[in-house]
Amino acid sequence: MNAISSPGARKRSPWQALRGMSADRPHVFLLLLVTLLPLALMPWSTWLVLTLSGMAMGAMLFLMASGMSLTFGLMSVLNLAHGAFISVGAFVGASLLIYGLSEWSHNPSLWINLAAVLPAFALAALVAALLGVVFERLVIRPVYGDHLKQILVTVGGAIVIFQLIEVIWGPREIPVPRPEALRGALVFGGIALEKYRVAAVVLGVGLYALLLWVIERTRLGILIRAGVESREMVEIHGYRIGLLFLAVFAAGSALAGLGGAMWGLYREIITPHMGDELMISVIVVIILGGLGSVRGCFYGAMLVGLVNLYVGYLEPRLAAVATVGLMVAVLMWRPQGLIPVIKV
Amino acid sequence: MTPITNPSASPVARDGTERSDQRPAGRPEPSAILELSNVHADIDQYHILHGVDLVVPRGQLTVLLGRNGAGKSTTLRTIMGLTRITRGELTFDGRELRGMSTPRIARQGIAFVPEHMGIFSLLTVRENLLLAAIGGSPDPARLDWIFTLFPPLKRFWNQPAGTLSGGQKQMLAISRAVIEPRELLLVDEPTKGLAPAIINDLADAFVQLKAQQVSILLVEQNFHFSRRLGETVAVMSDGRIVHRGSMAALADDEALQHDLLGLGLGEHQ
Repeated sequence: MNAISSPGARKRSPWQALRGMSADRPHVFLLLLVTLLPLALMPWSTWLVLTLSGMAMGAMLFLMASGMSLTFGLMSVLNLAHGAFISVGAFVGASLLIYGLSEWSHNPSLWINLAAVLPAFALAALVAALLGVVFERLVIRPVYGDHLKQILVTVGGAIVIFQLIEVIWGPREIPVPRPEALRGALVFGGIALEKYRVAAVVLGVGLYALLLWVIERTRLGILIRAGVESREMVEIHGYRIGLLFLAVFAAGSALAGLGGAMWGLYREIITPHMGDELMISVIVVIILGGLGSVRGCFYGAMLVGLVNLYVGYLEPRLAAVATVGLMVAVLMWRPQGLIPVIKV
Repeated sequence: MTPITNPSASPVARDGTERSDQRPAGRPEPSAILELSNVHADIDQYHILHGVDLVVPRGQLTVLLGRNGAGKSTTLRTIMGLTRITRGELTFDGRELRGMSTPRIARQGIAFVPEHMGIFSLLTVRENLLLAAIGGSPDPARLDWIFTLFPPLKRFWNQPAGTLSGGQKQMLAISRAVIEPRELLLVDEPTKGLAPAIINDLADAFVQLKAQQVSILLVEQNFHFSRRLGETVAVMSDGRIVHRGSMAALADDEALQHDLLGLGLGEHQ
């Protein structure tokens, strides 16, 4: 054994370790800080319930926001109609559950419930993806490279979609009862954890892992990450960035639709403009995480979900401004978001 | 674009004719792999290329020289379809490239290393090369050859490309261009800002590429580097080709260098 230890091998104090983490992994540092700090301000059991609820909200926000983040990162397209895809997903999913698979949804068996919920989620994602393809071809393609026109035409497109929802399903809110087996709570040692929230966290985290695997381990993911850095260089290597973008746009729309369907069951009520209302949180998430970064989007979504729930419990009057305040604080610390994606 | 102010640098403007060296008798003329004929191109409202006539012989290294703002980089970008041709013809191996998209041009067998290298800095060295291998994964024998050309790439295989030095990034950029067999390589100022030792390594790599009969069009400001590698040379000024001929002839004629480039070889670097 070599008795001489290198300077790098010296034991770091906890304070130094914390400072190192805030510099190297600001997203992990902030998530730990935001999650652990409220433990000092509330009972442990309350903290656990709120944490699970915040994670469930975060998981759904992540699904809704990831597509918009990638779309902006890859092609610099500001799609303000993203919220409309969330609403479409919610209505399509709810329609299948209410009108098509109602009996399975009311069955007490978890498996039969899942046989109703999962096709509803899949159909919501599929319809949103198809709508995304049409929207990209008709509305977004003519305005590549012009942010002002993108804002105008996507807001206009969103209005058309919201009106179409009202034409098809009516302007009123529609109650969406959760399937039997997903109602109620699981009780562990006196702490009640809502079943649907547990399921939302499992599904959201599972899809995040899948998305991360695609982005970081597959050839398609390499292309997407390369496209986020430089579209021109991807084309120089022989790839049609337009097709890649269309695929990402469709996948992003599908995730928005899925997120919308999940959100509908989470709130047990849907309205045509629910997507519009969620857009503020979605935009906060993608700015917090760093535009174009899937990992950043996940951490941003979790932070927004958790802060929303903790502050809502501790000081309800501040709940509405807490997430925007968090975004402002993060941007003052890291102006490009937690995990910025650099463009060359 | 900076206008050429020295009138002696634009012999075409003076007498309306383009200078051209005569090929020694008895040597067969290599066929052209790339031909630009009266190519005009605009960037926004600016007319940059004013009728470029350029021939790149098959299997040779052609150097495109000229002062800053002469239109050299725009010529390469126009060949790749990144700048639109407004007039003229552009043929590669007999096929018309005008109107083709950049990915389609690349798939014809043309690789392009731009001046800024275009490295994907967040991707690892491995991922940068994987992306350039159109077929999927790179051919192992070709990868070994690249590692012998540029050993640092093996050392930093799983490191983000953004952490490489300038010379290593240039090595990666050239490796990406040749990870697949290409018929034509377009390289824009590969020696810019690099240390002499790295420039020597790059020159050795180009010598090996030439030995594989790859046709290369190299835009360069470093005349010593160009002279060592180039067989043919074209000089641009003000968006036109003002001289075409053999590199040997230009290298031996200091007066011509002064006339075309405003600087003799003896004064260069």
